[in-house]
Amino acid sequence: MAMAHEFRYERPGTLKEALQLLGEHREKCRILAGGTDLIVNMKEGMVAPELVIDIKDIPDLKEISIHEHEIVIGAGITFADLIASDVIINGFPILHDAAKTVASTGVRSRATLAGNLASAVPSLDSAPALLVHDACVEAASLQGTRMIPIQEFFLGPRKTALLPDEIILSIHLPFPDKKQGEVYLKLGRYGGEDLAQAGWGFVVDADRNYKIAHCALAATPKRALKIEQFLCGKELTPQVISQAKEIMREEIAPITDIRASKEYRLHVSGVMLERGLKAAFDRLQNREVHPQKLLGGIA
Amino acid sequence: MKEISLILNHEPRTVMVAPNEILLDVLREKLGVKSPKCGCERGDCGACTVLLDGTCVRSCLVLAIEVEGHEITTVEGISQDKLSTLQEAFIEFNSFQCGYCAPGIILAVTELLEKHPHPSLEEIKESIAGNLCRCTGYTPIFDAIMAVSKEGK
Repeated sequence: MAMAHEFRYERPGTLKEALQLLGEHREKCRILAGGTDLIVNMKEGMVAPELVIDIKDIPDLKEISIHEHEIVIGAGITFADLIASDVIINGFPILHDAAKTVASTGVRSRATLAGNLASAVPSLDSAPALLVHDACVEAASLQGTRMIPIQEFFLGPRKTALLPDEIILSIHLPFPDKKQGEVYLKLGRYGGEDLAQAGWGFVVDADRNYKIAHCALAATPKRALKIEQFLCGKELTPQVISQAKEIMREEIAPITDIRASKEYRLHVSGVMLERGLKAAFDRLQNREVHPQKLLGGIA
Repeated sequence: MKEISLILNHEPRTVMVAPNEILLDVLREKLGVKSPKCGCERGDCGACTVLLDGTCVRSCLVLAIEVEGHEITTVEGISQDKLSTLQEAFIEFNSFQCGYCAPGIILAVTELLEKHPHPSLEEIKESIAGNLCRCTGYTPIFDAIMAVSKEGK
């Protein structure tokens, strides 16, 4: 089935040409990278751009560059690229966990991290990993580039801080100051391809500083700052964990939808909080963790 | 309309496409390649899987115009002279019944075996996690793949 509406297609070879097209057409155009969200949305009539700008021929976007204090993930990097990358496997295991939970191989070979962020759905698997690492999104327009902290990037379901003439150029991930253990847990309805009913990312270091973020449990993916503050410096005793679960109920705002009820999301988040925090500690102590097995093999 | 050139099953081809035409439709209706199937049309079922430059993609989520200058391979392209060892194994193990998912699964596993000739059961499951089969319940599919990967050892 061809799409009902007609549009112009451009595949510029340089970033400058892409920005010029974007600057001219603004809301009337859409950026095409992997297309795994955009084409579905166009088929279903949710968006009907007059111009589609394919950025796959822009050369510099297809690399993960490693610098002294950070890595920079280009907008053309797919989830399959992330899964295969040594610097992601060793330096940012939580992002590796998350990338492996996104859809399936045939989608991950096209879908990009930048496109995932631009789609800004509440169940965004890559968001908790970026939130706990204090990532920045580098956006470009004809006026120049700017850095948007990931905490300020998501404004609502499918709404981001990007301006109509801006494109995501890259995602900057700073290296952590010290050794930390980190893990992403995703609960879906079945093994295989599904969106998250709940997603939680956890980071812990030897001084018991915690960083925690969630997705599919509020209008946007978010850091769980109240739980972080409560847990700071504390050992994970059964009493501390049960208090953290109480605070968690105030921190998230899940809804009932086709994938799970609000009550189930609240309950299962407590289970994920407990198992995820312990798994992050296990990783800190170099013990092997298989996130997909922590929730009964369903992930 | 624009004329695009691509390599389809090892053969150079050209075809006229409009920007809003989907690769799956162009393969089936304009280029005569019928193995990729239309299932969900939104990337969930894997029936439309094709190899784009050797990597599995969902042809229902790719614009035909995007593959200008690229290489597309379908089941027709991997069994031009005779069936592959993998295809023979699928027959031997009665892996498929209706066959609608078969082209997608054959391509997904062909890519897997090229990258990892001796995958674990977990790796096999992950490689076809996005290919739905509603007939045989996956077990005879896994059995056939395990048999092929052991043969080469």
